[in-house]
Amino acid sequence: MISLAGRDILHSWGKFVFTGVGLGLLIGATLTMAGVYRGMVDDAKVLLSNSGADIWVVQKDTLGPYAEPSSLRDDVYRSLRGMPGVARAANVTYLTMQVKQGGEKENASDVRVMVVGFEPGQPGEPGYLVAGRRITRSHYEAVADVRTGFSLGERIRIRRQDYTVVGLTRRMVSSGGDPMVFIPLKDAQEAQFLKDNDAIVNERARTAANPALNRPGVPGLLEAIQASQTTSRSVNAVLVQVQDGQSHEAVAEPIRRWKHLQAYTRAQMEEILVAKLIATSAKQIGMFLAILAVVSAAIVAFIIYTMTLGKIREIAVLKLIGTRSRTIAGMILQQALGLGFIGFVVGKISAALWAPFFPKYVLLEPGDALRGFIAVMIICTIASTLAIRAALKVDPATAIGG
Amino acid sequence: MKLDSVWVRRAGFGLLGIVLLATFAFVVVRTGPFAPVRVTVVTVADGSVTPALFGIGTVEARRSYLIGPTAAGRVLKVHVDVGETVKAGQLLAEMDPVDLDERVSALDASMARASSAVSAAEAQRQDAQARRQLAAINARRYVDLGEKKFVSASVVEAKQQEQTSADAAVTAAEANLAGARQDIARLRAEREGLRQQRQNIRLLAPADGVVTARDAEPGSTVVAGQAAVRLVDPASLWVKVRFDQGRSAGLAVGLPAEIVLRSRPASPLAGKVVRLELLSDSVTEERIAQVAFDSVPSGISLGELAEVTLQLPASQTGPVLPNASIRQRGEQAGVWLLRAGALQFVPLRLGSASLDGTVQVREGLQAGDRVIVHSEKELAADSRIKVVESIVGKGA
Repeated sequence: MISLAGRDILHSWGKFVFTGVGLGLLIGATLTMAGVYRGMVDDAKVLLSNSGADIWVVQKDTLGPYAEPSSLRDDVYRSLRGMPGVARAANVTYLTMQVKQGGEKENASDVRVMVVGFEPGQPGEPGYLVAGRRITRSHYEAVADVRTGFSLGERIRIRRQDYTVVGLTRRMVSSGGDPMVFIPLKDAQEAQFLKDNDAIVNERARTAANPALNRPGVPGLLEAIQASQTTSRSVNAVLVQVQDGQSHEAVAEPIRRWKHLQAYTRAQMEEILVAKLIATSAKQIGMFLAILAVVSAAIVAFIIYTMTLGKIREIAVLKLIGTRSRTIAGMILQQALGLGFIGFVVGKISAALWAPFFPKYVLLEPGDALRGFIAVMIICTIASTLAIRAALKVDPATAIGG
Repeated sequence: MKLDSVWVRRAGFGLLGIVLLATFAFVVVRTGPFAPVRVTVVTVADGSVTPALFGIGTVEARRSYLIGPTAAGRVLKVHVDVGETVKAGQLLAEMDPVDLDERVSALDASMARASSAVSAAEAQRQDAQARRQLAAINARRYVDLGEKKFVSASVVEAKQQEQTSADAAVTAAEANLAGARQDIARLRAEREGLRQQRQNIRLLAPADGVVTARDAEPGSTVVAGQAAVRLVDPASLWVKVRFDQGRSAGLAVGLPAEIVLRSRPASPLAGKVVRLELLSDSVTEERIAQVAFDSVPSGISLGELAEVTLQLPASQTGPVLPNASIRQRGEQAGVWLLRAGALQFVPLRLGSASLDGTVQVREGLQAGDRVIVHSEKELAADSRIKVVESIVGKGA
């Protein structure tokens, strides 16, 4: 039996294919939007995975270090190392800032990054590199995410120091999607807590103007106070790795109770990041995704409907020569499904092609693609029923110019 | 003709479908979770690493001097300014002597009076001696007359008593004279003491040096021990370097050093470790060492930041790896070994490391093994991989 749908498509295949491609781009946009949402959640999750921690110890009563500011003294990790069940504990600092590319050149552009201060060989270090080497000096070297656009050997400026990029890594981002730059902890502490020169000079003058701190009879007092004002002995969090076979909660509980610090396990941290930090922006994207899906479905339905209406004369001829309604309905359904299939394939290809050019990560999950495919097919089927109804109602007399 | 056209269309459509499906298949396989992880691979080779230690420090003076008064007082004059070179013994500043000079004059007057007192005592002594002589002659004469019975015994005894009194008067006059002389000695010593005090408020340079601070101006009051002027010996400049404790193994006196000053990053200076402090900083977890310049450069400023690299002797030959290949799995460091296309995590015992990122392997690998260096993602034993030349750059 000859395929009516196939013959019809062949008859006007250019129109069919272009319609399919147009539809595909729309589906691609929808898939991309789903990818943007997934990418957002994934950013939050890789942030946690990349830190390599089982427990985050932060300032008491804060949701730090990602969702809220948190500040701890940098010797806290020593007492944590002695807690039962703790395998490793390391200080870490996080600071989101603009970093100048190309040192102090005139036309230097800046990039928004999250500067991470870490201890080499400890949790918080990037797990893998895509180029270059790890940090070997205890100062003024950096490992950057490729998304920053920095290249190996480049000098970047963070606050008052220049750093040399010695290694590149990938998918190391903050929960907001800003790429990370890893620098040694002591440098990062200085970058975060040491003020700029003007502020330091002003602060010194302010202290010197205080008669209680600048007493004529006590030489050295002012100097001592000023020296104590420029220390940077804080970190944002301590990352703790738990010994194999220990329950994370069982290790976190004594830290909360006896060290008077907040300790979050991986599950709690994920809850904070996904449910609290990115909740509104995720809902925003989700809302947009829902609208886009509805609009796409409507457009698919209209396209199939109008495509059928455009062939109303031919359908009348078919009816006139006695074609069964089932065959006509099958033809329309097959065309609709074919259109949906082409649309999905084009959509998937286009989404995969343009996803890498997005400034933030777009995660195209196969599960989403599968769900998308099923949704497209269902929408096409429903849309074709409208068209089939219209086709079946056609009076065969229309074929002979009635 | 009609049939041909259908076939051409069918072929064209089919071709389009195939291209589309092929692209789709390519996209599915090459992007997303089904894509192989691109990695770079290195073959382990034997070699030696030259470990080096890196630390930062500040330029300081080995010998610096705080010059100030030993008692509270007001500054009278400051003769030098910051940056001036001074010689040992040079007058740097003077404190206000207040009444010291007047007290010296008073003592001078007292001494003049004391020498007058000495003259008086001398005269008194001569007078007493004269009286004693006369009394002795009289006594002798009356004793003779008494023996010849010209005078009564009581007159003789009176003359003898006169002689004894005259003797006592001489002794008293001599003691007076000695007392007056001792008074002079006392006043002289007191005056010497005051002169010393007067000298002490003149602040002198204890050694050759350069003035680094002028902390008090004339008229200001300083307490005992507070510096009015600070000096350093410019020949004694060195760098106080802090090395991370975790990367300070091998730190020793005598190691050659390369010093890069913040003001001149392009021209490193040579030096060597001259002192290693036994106490390390327990708060910052750093060890402290002093690195001296082989020749102190001119125009260098104290407190300047310096980066110091120490070269340690090269290690023994053995398998070496780039440090980017080292992965942490919990507490265990190791590498992904590529053997017959399959990945295997091998725990390693690592030796010394150099600053350029080479690590020596003590145990776990042999030369000729192929290990993963860079990877696009975290690897697992069942990861599909694709070996490429480089992940970033040309291959990306």
